[in-house]
Amino acid sequence: MTLLTPEVVAVLVAMLQALVILLGAVLLGAVLTVVERRLLGLWQDRYGPNRVGPGGSLQLVADMIKIFFKEDWIPPFADRGLFVMAPAIAMASLLLSFMIIPFTPDWGVADWHIGLLFFLAMAGINVYAVLLGGWSSGNKYALIGAMRASAQTLSYEVFMGLALMGVVAMAGSFNLREIVAAQQGLWFILPQFLGFATFLIAGIAVTHRHPFDQPEAEQELADGYHIEYASMKFGMFFIGEYIGIVLVSALIVTLFLGGWLGPWLPPWLWFAIKTLVLVTLFILLRAALPRPRYDGVMRFGWKVCLPLTLINLLVTGAVILLVAPS
Amino acid sequence: MRVAPPSSRSEADPAVETLRHRFGDRAWVEPASQVGMPVLWLDRGCLLEALAALRDLPASFAMLFDLSAVDERLRDHREGLPAADFTVFYQLLSVASNRDVMLKVALDGADLEVPSCVGVFPNAAWYEREVWDMFGIRFAGHPHLTRLLMPPTWQGHPLRKDHAARATEFDPYTLTVAGQQREQQALRFDPEAWGMRRQREDTEFMFLNLGPNHPSAHGAFRIILQLDGEEIVDCVPDIGYHHRGAEKMGERQTWHSFIPYTDRIDYTGGVMNNLPYVLAVETLAGIEVPARVATIRVMMAELFRISSHLLFLGTYLQDLGAMSPVFYTFTDRQKAYEVIEAITGFRMHPAWYRIGGVAQDLPRGWDTLMQGFVDWMPKRLREYDRSMMDNAIVRERTRDVAAFDGAEALAWGVTGPNLRATGLDFDLRKRRPYSGYEQFDFEVPLGSRGDAFDRGRIRIEEMRQSLRILQQCIDHMPAGDYKADHPLTTPPPRERMLAHIETLITHFLQVSWGPVLPPGESLAMVEATKGINGYYLTSDGGTTSYRTRIRTPSFPHLQQIPALMRGGFVPDLIAHLGSIDFVMADVDR
Repeated sequence: MTLLTPEVVAVLVAMLQALVILLGAVLLGAVLTVVERRLLGLWQDRYGPNRVGPGGSLQLVADMIKIFFKEDWIPPFADRGLFVMAPAIAMASLLLSFMIIPFTPDWGVADWHIGLLFFLAMAGINVYAVLLGGWSSGNKYALIGAMRASAQTLSYEVFMGLALMGVVAMAGSFNLREIVAAQQGLWFILPQFLGFATFLIAGIAVTHRHPFDQPEAEQELADGYHIEYASMKFGMFFIGEYIGIVLVSALIVTLFLGGWLGPWLPPWLWFAIKTLVLVTLFILLRAALPRPRYDGVMRFGWKVCLPLTLINLLVTGAVILLVAPS
Repeated sequence: MRVAPPSSRSEADPAVETLRHRFGDRAWVEPASQVGMPVLWLDRGCLLEALAALRDLPASFAMLFDLSAVDERLRDHREGLPAADFTVFYQLLSVASNRDVMLKVALDGADLEVPSCVGVFPNAAWYEREVWDMFGIRFAGHPHLTRLLMPPTWQGHPLRKDHAARATEFDPYTLTVAGQQREQQALRFDPEAWGMRRQREDTEFMFLNLGPNHPSAHGAFRIILQLDGEEIVDCVPDIGYHHRGAEKMGERQTWHSFIPYTDRIDYTGGVMNNLPYVLAVETLAGIEVPARVATIRVMMAELFRISSHLLFLGTYLQDLGAMSPVFYTFTDRQKAYEVIEAITGFRMHPAWYRIGGVAQDLPRGWDTLMQGFVDWMPKRLREYDRSMMDNAIVRERTRDVAAFDGAEALAWGVTGPNLRATGLDFDLRKRRPYSGYEQFDFEVPLGSRGDAFDRGRIRIEEMRQSLRILQQCIDHMPAGDYKADHPLTTPPPRERMLAHIETLITHFLQVSWGPVLPPGESLAMVEATKGINGYYLTSDGGTTSYRTRIRTPSFPHLQQIPALMRGGFVPDLIAHLGSIDFVMADVDR
């Protein structure tokens, strides 16, 4: 009797896959911190970090050494428990969401029927990181940042879920693998363009990326909710933000851009290319746009995006009912 | 090339007539005013009435341009002036009639009190606090007469003649833990002291300390916000963190060696700051500079105006959350600095103007360099207009934010582009041309709404006009000498120094002691990068100034913030701070 029954092998392979995806996501998030700075440098007529290693390639190592060895300071006026918990939530909730993403026909951690709902739940939990971090810091700027974050997330999560319902209705499933399979003939970005646009906006808002970085708003709140964080606790918020970008990009690819589908190239490459294009778009937005005022962001969410998603859902439903064989 | 402002014709001056008519003997007109405007000495009892009367004239003296004091106790040359230990002076400006008038109040050392004129001119509040801080003169009826520039724990009044000027005249500085705690405690904001409430019905206000370290405070500027959510109920600006005592240094440095200090008043304006100072000194000395000097000065000043406005534009947009423009405008500033460096040898603080001239003649090939810059800029300005000023988010963030009209602007002492953004056409380069500006062809851009957007847009337009001036300088630079032929020109022309023993002696004295200027007073105002910059110099016939009063535009601009921000949001405050264009060195001096 051997230990390596096909079941055990399958479990081991699945664990290995999960590990690779986990490490890949964290590493990509970390690499992105440098990629973003280089890209911004490119667009802003300057070099960006290019001193450490050939062409600045080892900048990441330098940054990590620095951030790991910084004093891990907890302000005496902070609420210790929550203060420590917040960055963990920030990173964990986003990393967990990677579970549901099918990278290729065979790669992926979990193949759940509630896949998409799991992401929405995790995105909901993610706001607690900002909220608790800002509140437990005992700093007024952090508190205002946390207030903004909760108000913004509340506004944007409402239509984030609704924006996806068109896709779900068309695919007839919450399972991401089935959603990709349903895009065999036509990527959902065309029939679900409104859904795509609103989900992209909501995705930026959920990751607190510019121009929806209201909770941080450097010029106003001097970094907002994570102003009191130092060392790796700050690092987890920081990397968490980039993991969020990768996650949202990967989700958009899966839901609207046909996932791994594409001619000639291997599936994983297609997935990677599409994701990186979206990640670049996130960074380009930051380089290009000023920041709207906080109440303008709210207004935009409630008065423009929410009605758009509702219209999209209505039209999608009507069309499906019309063409469905009765 | 100083052109006397029209207000120097004191014979039929409406201000003088009004006050004479009303107060008779109690208002004494200085027969030979040297400051280019009528000077009236008043009894302090009729001060408030006089100020109100001038403000309410048909051609209203609506702006309290400057208010400060002089410690007269050590002054030797006071021939014909009323006896005084201290003098408080008020400079009023009428935009309508383009005239100035100065009121002076003589005070006895034993009774240093003047009625506060905050009720007449709201911007007197900070000026009076500064005078209290610096001279210990009390202003009766002032709502909050506390120190403004010095720390609240400071002992003494620095601009008094008996206060030490150098650190070496004090005991060595020590800071104990207890002392540090005392200083920190003194900086704590006490809402009750400002008549603020901590709560209202069911709302508890948050008092947010913004600065002196904050990314958008543009230097060491502190403003305490009383917040209801993110709405600003009230706010209190707190300045003085950048105070270096430039006015006190002016009393210690020679006339010549004070020039580099002026560069650092508005540190983004470079030689623009030298200009009012050397103009004032030259008036005292009676120097008329050659046309070439005047034109070179205009050219370099305008180049620095562009450089300063570029810095403004980048940071203004960055304060609105756009992170890229600042890198583009810094590329442009680098191009400007390459020209500045080639001509003056320095970048930010060239200290390049001299009494009676400039430091060197223009180097060979300067025109090619300058032409390169003038050709480079227009397409960049077009790009800023298209990509940013037309951007919907920029407009949403700045339109109708912190808007004020011309009347408010005058009441608060607002000058420069911020004044013109309200639509008021008042540019000293046009209205009182100095240094030969009357020979240049340029326009004065005006706004209409006086909001944060207009303040941004108008500066892009001003850069275009400055480029026109630069082009005219390149095309028509007069030939001639770069120094005036005058005994007080400092340093004196070197060629003759080596030939004449008299010139050699003068040179030796002027370099070792510094030039000796005749006693008197002079006042010069220029349209600087951020508004009207004024130097009011008092000479007592020595090698140093007896009193150097530096009136800077940013000071009143910051004082106005609370009046504009009540009811606004925190992001509006940041947008407004970006649109004012101030540097703290220009506020605190």
